[in-house]
Amino acid sequence: MKTLVWVEHDGSAVKDATLSAVTAASKLGEVHLLVVGQGLDAVAAAAAKIAGVGKVHVADDAAFAHALAENVAPLIVELMGTHDAFVAPSTTHGKNIAPRVAALLDVMQISDILSVESEDTFTRPIYAGNAIATVQSSDTKKVITVRGTAFDKAATEGGSGEIEAVASTGDKGLSTFAGSEIAANTRPELTSAKIIVSGGRALGSGEKFHELIDPLADKLGAGVGASRAAVDAGYAPNDYQVGQTGKIVAPEVYVAVGISGAIQHLAGMKDSKVIIAINKDEDAPIFQVADIGLVGDLFKILPELTGKL
Amino acid sequence: MKVLVPVKRVLDYNVKPRVKADGTGVDLANVKMSMNPFDEIAVEEAIRLKAQGATEIVVVSIGEQKSQETLRTALAMGADRAILVVSDTRVEPLGVAKILAKIVEEEQPDLVILGKQAIDDDNNQTGQMLAGLLGWGQGTFASKVEIADGSVNVTREVDGGSETDTLKLPAIITTDLRLNEPRYASLPNIMKAKSKPMANKTPADFGVDVTPRITTLKVVEPSKRSAGIKVADVDELVMKLAAMGISK
Ligand SMILES: Cc1cc2nc3c(=O)[nH]c(=O)nc-3n(C[C@H](O)[C@H](O)[C@H](O)COP(=O)(O)OP(=O)(O)OC[C@H]3O[C@@H](n4cnc5c(N)ncnc54)[C@H](O)[C@@H]3O)c2cc1C
Ligand SMILES: Nc1ncnc2c1ncn2[C@@H]1O[C@H](COP(=O)(O)O)[C@@H](O)[C@H]1O
Repeated sequence: MKTLVWVEHDGSAVKDATLSAVTAASKLGEVHLLVVGQGLDAVAAAAAKIAGVGKVHVADDAAFAHALAENVAPLIVELMGTHDAFVAPSTTHGKNIAPRVAALLDVMQISDILSVESEDTFTRPIYAGNAIATVQSSDTKKVITVRGTAFDKAATEGGSGEIEAVASTGDKGLSTFAGSEIAANTRPELTSAKIIVSGGRALGSGEKFHELIDPLADKLGAGVGASRAAVDAGYAPNDYQVGQTGKIVAPEVYVAVGISGAIQHLAGMKDSKVIIAINKDEDAPIFQVADIGLVGDLFKILPELTGKL
Repeated sequence: MKVLVPVKRVLDYNVKPRVKADGTGVDLANVKMSMNPFDEIAVEEAIRLKAQGATEIVVVSIGEQKSQETLRTALAMGADRAILVVSDTRVEPLGVAKILAKIVEEEQPDLVILGKQAIDDDNNQTGQMLAGLLGWGQGTFASKVEIADGSVNVTREVDGGSETDTLKLPAIITTDLRLNEPRYASLPNIMKAKSKPMANKTPADFGVDVTPRITTLKVVEPSKRSAGIKVADVDELVMKLAAMGISK
């Protein structure tokens, strides 16, 4: 199978989620990449170096600057004339674009795969990861999104992909980008962080969240996450949310502070290698999945822990 | 302005899903079923648009006969009219999107608001597929919706923060959790909903072939984590961390 992998990038570097998608795609056969955006020389060069890639299709046009699905999907559909599968990471861009492509190709998408069993058979989580389904697709072309935490990252060096410019399919005039608010985050990205410290509703305020969670994360060189309750209450930005409807993470160490452990939260972090929970309620469900639990008041425990590390 | 809201009946989000012993799926016998939480948010948003001049809210559900209960809930919240498309076999997002596209042709709504994902299959596809089939703009994962003249501004939850796009109307919107807080239906409104109109259809009425493209071969429980140990105090936790190479 010849697959076309959507390259997620920030204008200068290829994002890690892409590397996991490349590994998944390589299990299907030949891997080609698609880099879309405006001003792509650096990204295209970086993409070409990813181990194991063949062609790197580059579509550089103002219409693609913000990866609007309405403009990007027709381009992908055109390229799918010569590819057998379209593979995208389960990022917000990937999830936005891939189903539009699938519908235009009259294909049923396979979302968020965890493994490739064969060319047409995959496993994927359903019910917030409370069940794992093995599914077989009868469509001749495949459209697939990939859960990043389920696949190793392809090496960023060693490849020698051949860069090829693709003509733009233009601006479809359905949508325009009006602006964005992307939080400047100097911490490791959640989806690739080795250690994550997450705070829940128990933190009580944004000030306390920063005052207690940030220093511990600094000490550990960790990324910072949050429960939905903490995000809804405004203690942390929405980008921090871990769970069924937030980010799916699988770090070496996940520290849950004042988080009860609702199934929707567990869905996002229960594949972490080591889970540490700090909660004042010894019956909190989080302790059923935690490797190390500490029962007590986080307002006492966190300053002490940060001090002693 | 007319708004169409597709709603799905799913296992209630508070119920812990149990995998059937024969590995064919998740047990849905005798468990509480509810409206998909993201669809409640979609219905709520449509009702709020009514306060800004939207004229009619039509809700649609595709599924078994019992999906009419879900539609009644939406009517009790404040939708005006319902369409039930009965199918005893599972309809995939692609099939749902094709049926919805036909309903859009008949109903001519200005806006279709869907949930971003149904929490049973976690597909996150239907809205984007419908937008593709119709050739409309799509504002997915919406946390804010503002109607303007002939267009709609949608603030979307994206990796790293939020993004605002302007879409030409008619358009598709899919809801994220922070878009609004859905209301509960009051008792009088539940009573009133009983007499609101509900049309009964089948996929064949729309000429849509809903044969699944994906076969589920097996469903299993994920590997379980077992509870570990509890430490007595911070000092012991620090020791454990040190033993894992997370240092002082
Ligand atoms: C459709 C849907 C999707 C959802 N998606 C997500 C998702 O992606 N991510 C997510 O996280 N949630 C999600 N939720 C919400 C989820 O169901 C829970 O409501 C949420 O995770 C609870 O957050 P919490 O644990 O911070 O708050 P709570 O459940 O209120 O727990 C707070 C915990 O803090 C403890 N505590 C209180 N004070 C202290 C103290 N001083 N010291 C120590 N411990 C203390 C308490 O014992 C309690 O266990 C979703 C819900 C729905 C319906
Ligand atoms: N059978 C259905 N009937 C009505 N609406 C549906 C159905 N399936 C999906 N939807 C809508 O599409 C959204 C996304 O679902 P999905 O793509 O299955 O995750 C849901 O939140 C609903 O708004």
